[in-house]
Amino acid sequence: MLDIRIPIGLLFTVLGVLVTAYGIITNSDTELYTKSFQYNVNLWSGLVMLVFGVVMLLTVKKKKT
Amino acid sequence: MKEALFHLQWIDKAIMAIYFLFVLGIGWVLKKYMKDANAFLEAGRSMPAWVAGLAFISTNLGALEVMGMTGSGAKYGMLTTHFYWIGAIPAMVFLAIFMMPFYYGSKARSVPEYLKLRFDEKTRGLNAILFAVMTVLASGISMYALALLMEKVLGWDFNVSLWLSAAIVLAYTYLGGLSSAIYNEVLQFFIIVIGLMPIVFLGLHEVGGWSGLKESLAPIVAEKGFAGDTFTTTWKYTGTAAGNPMGVEWYGILFGLGFVLSFGYWCTNFLIVQRAMAAESTTAARNTPLIGAIPKMLIPFLIIVPGIVALVLMNKTGSGFTIMENGKANYDLTIIKLLEYYLPTGVLGLGITALLASFMSGMAGNVSAFNTVWTYDIYQSYIRPATNDKQADAKHYLKVGRLATVFGVLVSIAAAYLAGLFGNIMDFLQTIFSMINAPLFAVIFLGMFWKRTTGHGAFIGLLGGFFVALLHHGLTVPAGATTLVKGGWISVAHTYPVEMAQNFWTAIFACAAAAIITVVISLGTKQQKTDDELRGLVYSLTPKIQEDHVVWYKRTNTLAIFVLVMMVILSILFW
Repeated sequence: MLDIRIPIGLLFTVLGVLVTAYGIITNSDTELYTKSFQYNVNLWSGLVMLVFGVVMLLTVKKKKT
Repeated sequence: MKEALFHLQWIDKAIMAIYFLFVLGIGWVLKKYMKDANAFLEAGRSMPAWVAGLAFISTNLGALEVMGMTGSGAKYGMLTTHFYWIGAIPAMVFLAIFMMPFYYGSKARSVPEYLKLRFDEKTRGLNAILFAVMTVLASGISMYALALLMEKVLGWDFNVSLWLSAAIVLAYTYLGGLSSAIYNEVLQFFIIVIGLMPIVFLGLHEVGGWSGLKESLAPIVAEKGFAGDTFTTTWKYTGTAAGNPMGVEWYGILFGLGFVLSFGYWCTNFLIVQRAMAAESTTAARNTPLIGAIPKMLIPFLIIVPGIVALVLMNKTGSGFTIMENGKANYDLTIIKLLEYYLPTGVLGLGITALLASFMSGMAGNVSAFNTVWTYDIYQSYIRPATNDKQADAKHYLKVGRLATVFGVLVSIAAAYLAGLFGNIMDFLQTIFSMINAPLFAVIFLGMFWKRTTGHGAFIGLLGGFFVALLHHGLTVPAGATTLVKGGWISVAHTYPVEMAQNFWTAIFACAAAAIITVVISLGTKQQKTDDELRGLVYSLTPKIQEDHVVWYKRTNTLAIFVLVMMVILSILFW
């Protein structure tokens, strides 16, 4: 059976990269982040997803070896 | 096209597209494992405990739940956590320790099938048919709500939204069956947590943390006529019904919600129990509800706390935050408005995706429970029984299961249009659901722990409990009710301060009546099953489970104690 950590890991890695990149590009856009009190929530959410995705993928590898 | 609330940018749409690509991809990959009915309808009993556990609570964390509970946060404050702590955890622990061994160990493939093994054919038939009908209706209503939301929020056409979401759900449940539904529920769980997290942080940031929230709430709550800290406490003001916005006393919460409603829901609803039945071993099946209980206890911080923040925002001049719609407060809009208020492009797409995902996985959950009950408990029991050729049967029932999936989705779509015609259908369904579930719990409980319980007793107990629930509902109304759907259609003998109090008491009466009737009829009728037939189905005839071979921290008892202690600590912290 497909190990569920593979799709979860892949999804959040992809979304993480995308949203983090968007956060970096828009970092100086103060108008965009008015709503979020100038916190770059895209950058933070993106990083959280990226770390989570990568950790999920790493646990899959560990089991196989 | 109607004016949409959100204007999504390319990044929001990309997030949404990627997510649904993965959802469909999971179905596609799982397709090759679906070789027989058992793999398709029961996930081959192969799920690790943590996967089953997350799916277990995720099934319950549908979008209607998220929207409703955030709204309740704004309406009742932290009192809403009763639905997550006392109203869920004891029932989940009970299911894990006492009931799961029978559900899982009996090799029954569904809750109705357990009723067949323990009682008789008519009890199973009654439950299976009611469950099948209610499940597709529920899935239809959630489709309707989803399409309505997409129309309002994204400006998409209602019909297109409805058929598109139905097509996505159909595609992945048709391909990968229950496994696909479970995997997507786990995926949905994580996307909901990550998607809503920014709202919690930004919301608490704006009001100045928990202490700031308490301070700003005090005058707002006082204006409603309650003590200033009513919305940030859970049990403190439940001494009287008038002292808290829910309008229920502590014993109503304890017995109505904590005992009858929650045990009826968590311990007997096949939609939920099915997730634990898909686990890979008895230990995993028993640990499923307990692993689910841990995130369950923390979900209030994700969805109720933002609701309370929303209440502050509504009363803050200049915030521009409102849930008013056509001159009336629409609490279901709370979470949507919070997304709009706090989230910039990017994370906004994530938040919307989380909501859409939870809608769809809710439908998929219903459809995957429906096709199992249809195939095993209705089709195999009454239309085409199993033959001697097991392999051909497995293939045949796989085909039937797949067709039932298509059929279930089509009926759901029809139900969705029906829901559009009758605005009250949602309230109506919830009322009927609690009328069916509460007696069911009494009957299954007696069946598991009292070997004298007979099939006739169970059957008449179920009907009698339902009848008493109807009677109670027909004789009482919540204050300010305007339609007969809310009760009082016989005559009004009692008026409850709020609808919730009426629901609690309906369930309490139904459960008690079912229990009494089942006991009386059982004593008056002959037990048709021998002790041998009841082995593995009744507590006193089943060998006790030994956990010695399991590492201590994976033992059901250890987890159960941990979960209960955590609940007590949370209740004291927010007393």
